[in-house]
Amino acid sequence: MVSTQETRQTVEKVGSDYKYGFITDIEMVKAPKGLNEDVIRFISAKKQEPEWLLDWRLKAYRKWIKMEEPEWALLKYKKPDFQEIYYYAAPKSADDRPKSLDEVDPELLRTYEKLGISLQEQEVLAGVAVDVVFDSVSVATTFRKTLKEKGVIFCSISEAARDYPDLMRKYLGSVVPAADNFYAALNSAVFTDGTFVYIPKGVRCPMELSTYFRINEANTGQFERTLIIADDESYVSYLEGCTAPMRDENQLHAAVVEIIVLEEAEVKYSTVQNWYPGDKDGKGGIYNFVTKRAACRGTNSKVSWTQVETGSAITWKYPSCILQGDGSIGEFYSVAITNNFQQADTGTKMIHIGKNTSSTIISKGISAGKAQNTYRGLVRVLPNAENTRNFTQCDSLLIGDECGAHTVPYIETKNPTAQVEHEATTSKISEEQLFYCLQRGLDVEESVSLIVNGFCKEVMQQLPMEFAVEAQKLLGISLEGSVG
Amino acid sequence: MLEIKNLHVEVDGQKILKGLNLKINAGEVHAIMGPNGAGKSTLSYAICGKEGYEITEGSIFFKGKNILELEANERAGEGIFLGFQYPVEIPGVSNMNFLKAAINSIRKYRGEDEMAAVDFLKLIRAKAAELEMDPEMLKRAVNVGFSGGEKKRNEMVQMAMLDPIFSVLDETDSGLDIDALRIVADGINKMRSPEKAILVITHYQRLLDYVVPDFVHVLSNGKIVKSGDKELAHQLEKEGYAVLGIDENAA
Repeated sequence: MVSTQETRQTVEKVGSDYKYGFITDIEMVKAPKGLNEDVIRFISAKKQEPEWLLDWRLKAYRKWIKMEEPEWALLKYKKPDFQEIYYYAAPKSADDRPKSLDEVDPELLRTYEKLGISLQEQEVLAGVAVDVVFDSVSVATTFRKTLKEKGVIFCSISEAARDYPDLMRKYLGSVVPAADNFYAALNSAVFTDGTFVYIPKGVRCPMELSTYFRINEANTGQFERTLIIADDESYVSYLEGCTAPMRDENQLHAAVVEIIVLEEAEVKYSTVQNWYPGDKDGKGGIYNFVTKRAACRGTNSKVSWTQVETGSAITWKYPSCILQGDGSIGEFYSVAITNNFQQADTGTKMIHIGKNTSSTIISKGISAGKAQNTYRGLVRVLPNAENTRNFTQCDSLLIGDECGAHTVPYIETKNPTAQVEHEATTSKISEEQLFYCLQRGLDVEESVSLIVNGFCKEVMQQLPMEFAVEAQKLLGISLEGSVG
Repeated sequence: MLEIKNLHVEVDGQKILKGLNLKINAGEVHAIMGPNGAGKSTLSYAICGKEGYEITEGSIFFKGKNILELEANERAGEGIFLGFQYPVEIPGVSNMNFLKAAINSIRKYRGEDEMAAVDFLKLIRAKAAELEMDPEMLKRAVNVGFSGGEKKRNEMVQMAMLDPIFSVLDETDSGLDIDALRIVADGINKMRSPEKAILVITHYQRLLDYVVPDFVHVLSNGKIVKSGDKELAHQLEKEGYAVLGIDENAA
């Protein structure tokens, strides 16, 4: 762990060193520090957005300035000063980035190696300025062509605002309203990047859509906005994030993801979040305040959230499902690992509105070091939701005796036919388990990784193959140094 | 092969082993018997390097190497195996994956390449069949929901797979019915060879009818108080530990 942390620290340092160490001739495209209506106009103009979107942003901003930062989560942190943040900066120019992997901290490269990431991917992840991203360009081109044939739209949200205004106007903010909560409102006002996906009627998206394919095109911003629309009888599997620790100098991340699932459609959304978690003394690290919500509007529609949260100093995230269509299904599979001084308050909301709706929640929280890990969940059954079912299982695993695990489940049912089950367990990695593994030849890190992966198995097997193998290794790497 | 000299071990500040001496040569099977609390399990943990078992005096050499300087997993890499009295459950990790990880860790320690997946499958199927284990058990999580007998049989499959040079079997016979005992004994006997050695720790003589030892030692109050051949086990069975002046309930 120490090495990984040092890696990330060094990488951050490398990042900031480069900022000053190179003579750059980039065009000045930074908005002034802080947030006001002019900054929002600046962002909207830079993005060449239509008038309605600017208005939408401004409305969100006007609501946001009257809102208070929420305090109900079990998180302790210094609140960000929102006037000290740059809300718009153009992507770094090539001169500003490392020229090749030789200039990247070798510790980071070792982490990549452990994760089994190819050299070319490493260059992208480490932010190396490459003119052409060899394979991925051709892969991406083929990829786009295949998608186009199927009528799938997969582009940046800025492009969508220009090219698909009808879809954008209809659905943007329809699941997470602009003033839904403090961070969603902030995001609505200032989002600078993100992804737009539309799967047409009856189309089964032929490949997993991954933000990875868009990485080089536009760096993921700190206020990311994602909108996914699955039209009737369509299917898509969407992968977000990356197992490798990513370079990022922004401390505050406040993303919004909205998913709309129509008749008989299905969306599978998988996340691996591995932002910089801060050093072993709890210094630094990303604040990750995310609002993710899916609306199952159609009959028999289905949404499945799978998340593996290993990074960030603070995680505040509750991917939710609004089960509106009769017979719709919501699933939430989560692994949240916190080590050292990391804090995570994460869970889900399942809102049962339609008849015969069902939801499954499997949450695995792992705490090590001095970390705090909270599951916070809500299962709400509305009066008309006949024959609703929910099954919730929350398991916590503690490593060491200075960390904490908390489970805060809320259940509200207003329909007597509802069946709601909740199971919760808390366990520790015992010395006996550890010694058993050691005696069979595994070293401490392998042993912890094996035990933790076993503990998370039900969630890990929900991940698409592309992610699963790397995510398994990631669990081990995130907990390095937590035992012994 | 294994040479223990004047071994003193403390657990939580309490002296458990108080000057134990034991020498085991290749090809030999030794049995350690003794009343509860004599320090039998402590001896096995001290050999295998369990955390919390503090060696305050003495030495353990394995194939001429001072293993007290090695971590538990390194000792496993050297070829030491412990059959646990209470095998541990590891939820979510299949027997198959566990053994694959173990074998490859040991191979890595020895500077060998990972075992090819096909070879591994062949080997594990063969070993499971030899020990009459249902192949379905290999897919189940390590020891989760296994009966006492199944857990011990699983220990034997692991031993057969890891093919150790020196095996310590800690009360492997406890809680077994006669059929399970026979299978476990078969497993142990298969490990007998001129290059290998086995240390059987047991409370009862029963297992020693199936696994006939070359030497029998009686451990009491942290020391070996008597050594002999297999006849000593029979004598203890007949006359009890009292004949050696050991109060069975003292500890």
